[in-house]
Amino acid sequence: MSALAATTTGWSWNPASDVSQLFTYPFMVNALLAGTIVAVTAAVVGWFMVLRRQTFAGHTLAVIAFPGAAGATLIGVAASLGYFAFAVGGALIVAAVPGSGTSRRGFTEESAVIGTLQAFALAAGFLFVALYKGFLNGVNALLFGTFLGITTAQVWTLFVVGIAALAVLGLIGRPLLFATVDPDVAAARGVRVRLLSVVFLVVLGVAVAEASQITGSLLVFALLVMPAATAQRFTVRPVLGLALSVLIALIVTWLGLVVSYYSPYPMGFYLTSFAFGLYLVSFVVRYVLDRRRRLPPVTLSARIAT
Amino acid sequence: MFFLATAAGNGLTTFFGHSFIRYGLLAGTFIALACGLVGYFLVLRAQVFTSDALGHVAYTGALAALAFGLDPGVGLFAATVLVALGLAALGSRSRPDDVVIGSVFAWILGLGVFFLTIYTTSRSTGNGSASVNYLFGSIFGLSATQSVLAAIVCGVVSLAVVLIARPLLFASVDEAVAAARGVPVRILGIAFLVLVGVTAAQAAPAVGALLLLGLMAAPGGAAQRLTTRPFVGLAISGAIAVASMWIGVVLSYLVPSMPPSFAVLAVATCSYVAAALVARARRETVPAAQDQPIGRGLRRWVGEALSSSSPTIR
Repeated sequence: MSALAATTTGWSWNPASDVSQLFTYPFMVNALLAGTIVAVTAAVVGWFMVLRRQTFAGHTLAVIAFPGAAGATLIGVAASLGYFAFAVGGALIVAAVPGSGTSRRGFTEESAVIGTLQAFALAAGFLFVALYKGFLNGVNALLFGTFLGITTAQVWTLFVVGIAALAVLGLIGRPLLFATVDPDVAAARGVRVRLLSVVFLVVLGVAVAEASQITGSLLVFALLVMPAATAQRFTVRPVLGLALSVLIALIVTWLGLVVSYYSPYPMGFYLTSFAFGLYLVSFVVRYVLDRRRRLPPVTLSARIAT
Repeated sequence: MFFLATAAGNGLTTFFGHSFIRYGLLAGTFIALACGLVGYFLVLRAQVFTSDALGHVAYTGALAALAFGLDPGVGLFAATVLVALGLAALGSRSRPDDVVIGSVFAWILGLGVFFLTIYTTSRSTGNGSASVNYLFGSIFGLSATQSVLAAIVCGVVSLAVVLIARPLLFASVDEAVAAARGVPVRILGIAFLVLVGVTAAQAAPAVGALLLLGLMAAPGGAAQRLTTRPFVGLAISGAIAVASMWIGVVLSYLVPSMPPSFAVLAVATCSYVAAALVARARRETVPAAQDQPIGRGLRRWVGEALSSSSPTIR
């Protein structure tokens, strides 16, 4: 691995000049800006997604975005437009599946529908790729992500859409939390649980489409699930958890971008590896903390309910 | 009439005259059968997400083997079975948490791209289409040995699923009662996941690591919409999967620009939609069945099995 790394542009043993060198390349500045926007959006939306036990739905929305991007390339439209259109459309389909509104687990019918939808979407993406000859390398970029060639216009799109998604989440955040932790009580108190879940799925679709442009359709989970899951192992307080989730996502994204710039291996690999490493560390730290305090494990929903 | 018959006969002769069609159909039939049988239980046990993760593992396993210059079949097999065992060990009651699954398989896919880069940059024999072949499958690219091996392995898996079907149904529908009655629930759960892993390993080169989920979820889901009788459902699930494979292969033969994996998945998806429509129409004509959940027929079956097998308890 090191032998390979040495043949490409390596560190110059001067961190200050290395970092300033990074910022002289416009594509690298754009990648860092886009990565930052995506990390913040994905971490916040992902925190709610993990709490609502909708990781499978999140993965499926990411996968549905792939034929969108492939189809957009086929008809000569920008790939980001395809990502957004299909991810939001997919969110509406998943929302229409009976039972998806609740965060109840083990609903067999829902998982069969989502699984079928996901595999069919990927197959359709493959069809578009097959119809579009000479697109073979593009497949790997769409699926596994690339930070090369992010334009300034794309950064602005990501920024506007990310702000919009976060604003909607900020508006529905409190009732959504209530509806997630105890849907029955929330419904009895007049919270519109069903509507909230549809709105959340659409926001999730938007966040997934955003993250897909950096991480690719298949690696969205690195930013959507892992920072949130790590944060929720450390704290049961919503605001603190959200902040921690964002912090982890930012660190992972920045590290991933910088390290992959200096190495021949793809960014997706570093992004997922760093995020997974932190996730594993959280298990160890949690275990040590619990042993020291001799506390029984507290679940997040139990804490919020009290 | 006679002319049409000879034309059809000639078409069939040329269709089966291609060795890639014969190999593809031989492997495809048994792969689809195993996927359909395993898929019925995946849907019943709400473990669709687990099989999704195992499909992704298959990709990384194949690419890792290629990167180190090994036979990709070995990598596929080792990776999926090991991760199946790991997932079984991680979860309580052999059913791991979906956040854990999601985190693990995102990282596994990250590793897959890593091995892809090693394979394409450091090995002179590397070719970029290997990645796409394992992600989306190439059923017409199977060699004679590959297809015979896949047929044998998937045949054995199908047989094993049928053999453990009765206790597995019991354990899936009412785990607590099954455990109390001495059914080895945990061992069954592990054995089942290993069978899913083996199926994923065999299905990945043919239908694709990313698409094999559809060949498991769609027939399984369709069968559960159509009937609540467990063994009928199992048979329907296997039949839909095999039919999807055959129709898909013929379609992609007739329309050369259509990849076979897409055709197979499209037929499977259509069968699921059709099953859902049939179930809805039936519910409208028989209002009593309106609020009958999927598991109730199975629970009734378990109840009958209980009362018939040992009248001493209850």
